[in-house]
Amino acid sequence: MDRPIRVLVAKPGLDGHDRGALIIAQSLRDEGMEVIYSGLRQSPAQIVATAIQEDVDVIGLSCLSGAHNELFPQVTRLLKEQGAKDIIVVGGGVIPQSDIPFLKERGIQEIFTPGTPTKETAEFIRRVVREKEGI
Amino acid sequence: MTTGNFDELYREWEEKTRQLLEKYPEQRERFETLSGIEVKRLYTARDRKGEEMEKIGFPGEYPYTRGIRPTMYRSRNWTMRQYAGFGSAAETNRRFRYLLEQGQTGLSVAFDLPTQIGYDSDDPMAAGEVGKVGVAIDSLEDMERLLEGIPLDQVSTSMTINAPASILLAMYIAVGEKQGIPAEKLTGTIQNDILKEYIARGTYIFPPQPSMRLITDIFAYCAERVPRWNTISISGYHIREAGSTAVQEVAFTLADGIAYVHAAVEAGLDVDRFAPRLSFFFNAHNHFFEEVAKFRAARRLWSRIMKERFGAKNPRSLQLRFHTQTGGSTLTAQQPDNNIVRVTLQALAAVLGGTQSLHTNARDEALALPTEESARVALRTQQIIAYESGVTQTVDPMGGSWYLETLTDEIEERALAYIERIDELGGAVAAVEQGYMQREIQRAALETQKGIESGEEVVVGVNRFRLDQEEQPELYRVDPVLAREQVERLESLRQRRNGEETNRRLAALKRGAEGTENLMPLILDAVRAYATVGEIANALREVFGEYEPIG
Repeated sequence: MDRPIRVLVAKPGLDGHDRGALIIAQSLRDEGMEVIYSGLRQSPAQIVATAIQEDVDVIGLSCLSGAHNELFPQVTRLLKEQGAKDIIVVGGGVIPQSDIPFLKERGIQEIFTPGTPTKETAEFIRRVVREKEGI
Repeated sequence: MTTGNFDELYREWEEKTRQLLEKYPEQRERFETLSGIEVKRLYTARDRKGEEMEKIGFPGEYPYTRGIRPTMYRSRNWTMRQYAGFGSAAETNRRFRYLLEQGQTGLSVAFDLPTQIGYDSDDPMAAGEVGKVGVAIDSLEDMERLLEGIPLDQVSTSMTINAPASILLAMYIAVGEKQGIPAEKLTGTIQNDILKEYIARGTYIFPPQPSMRLITDIFAYCAERVPRWNTISISGYHIREAGSTAVQEVAFTLADGIAYVHAAVEAGLDVDRFAPRLSFFFNAHNHFFEEVAKFRAARRLWSRIMKERFGAKNPRSLQLRFHTQTGGSTLTAQQPDNNIVRVTLQALAAVLGGTQSLHTNARDEALALPTEESARVALRTQQIIAYESGVTQTVDPMGGSWYLETLTDEIEERALAYIERIDELGGAVAAVEQGYMQREIQRAALETQKGIESGEEVVVGVNRFRLDQEEQPELYRVDPVLAREQVERLESLRQRRNGEETNRRLAALKRGAEGTENLMPLILDAVRAYATVGEIANALREVFGEYEPIG
């Protein structure tokens, strides 16, 4: 792969907690990735449109309001509908362990819960993008 | 011991210590607080310049370093006010009654995000968020259910509501009317602090100028009609949660406070009429001494600002009254029981800092909303501090500690330097529009994160002292059926109410918004006719437009 990994860090729904999203965005930039931050209050449709338009490899969803079970699967569903299911979706926030199997079933590849070192997230993204590219 | 003698002994002690350190170095080369203030090995009378009494004064007297009341908790404990709300109004009403039965002394309402951002539960923007982080309130009918059986002349109620604060306050007044309690008797607080929404919390609706007008309209209306209501809670809490330091928390909060006072004075209000009803809201974070010092420094700095900058004369205008919540972002998802200990220390710092009311976080809040059991342990934590620890027996028990007084001075000076910088940028509104505070906070948040990831900053159970296998506690879940039921209730209300009357009052509100009259009476009229939060907010959106955050 000759270009840097492109990531959209996005805040779906109405949640205003953006400390984690901003930290992840900066940390992935420090890891050499190209990162777009969506800003607050994005609908799943807006997030998917941005992801396709910006030709990203990965969408990182951040939600601390408890609406993840509703909002995250909408993103993966819309990606599929719009023929963009090769875009990898990961998520983070205040998400109970018991919700993770459901989210993974809906196509979210990994959930990073509070306390995850940012390097771990970056390494995961690099690995899955490499696997996808068949490298 | 004479001073000369002390100096000599001090030098001897330093020399002995230096020799010891050659063999056994300290754990770090430099110790500092979370704000980066260097902490010395030892504080003695030499660190103070003998001006102590003059500088800190007496409790209940200017500059209020030691507290706003002469007797503090010897007369009355702080108000124990646990923030609660989820799902439907009826469900939250049950939790309120439970907390009051358990000895809580005031209510604190958490609203869901659609309510906080002025969307009805059936708005597409509300999808997935109804009843999640708080209770869904669409109309006066929901507010009636929320407060059913709670005597509004006996309980004070704090509402975490900002952009639509005037709407929810109007609903509260209208419920009072229905209970036969006149507005003059209502006590409570609306957060109503829009500047920190732009800076850190994110539930803004309108641009700054009309938002400031809504706020000054509330100041003016309440001074006349709801005189015991705290018209604003100027909040550092969320600024700190977003990653600021303690110094930034004090500085940006007071800078916001200055902007509100300035706007109200510009609107023609007399400072001593509205300033006594301003209140504040701070975070209680991890660095114990820095936190105690922070509250004392904030109190002293605010009283000086009000006196010197705004010429306030009423002593109540000079008193910084504040609510405290323990730091949500300090809670760990790992080994959640450890959070009880964190909360205890943070709550103790708030009490030693002289807080007027306190929310203690529950142990499971890094994972979900608290269960009833963990909410009870959180309340018990402050009851143990109040009734068992003995710290309430004297006023400002840590005052006079060489270390604490030095830190208090240091925080005050550094916060003042920030406020002067914000003045240069044109005040808090201009600084927000330029993204100044946002950038400063983000920089501090990144520093903290780096410290945690490098291990320099220890988080017990997260980057040290971890468990291989974490046990998952039982968590509270909002029943998804509640959201559906809320939408059904809203649809039914729209059919039952007198739609023509509602529309007439919404149109009157729009005309008022286009002009300059006080909007509170018009909002109250709309609320009484069961106009919804979303309908009222949309009427105002049409006139005021919406805030666009900077890139």
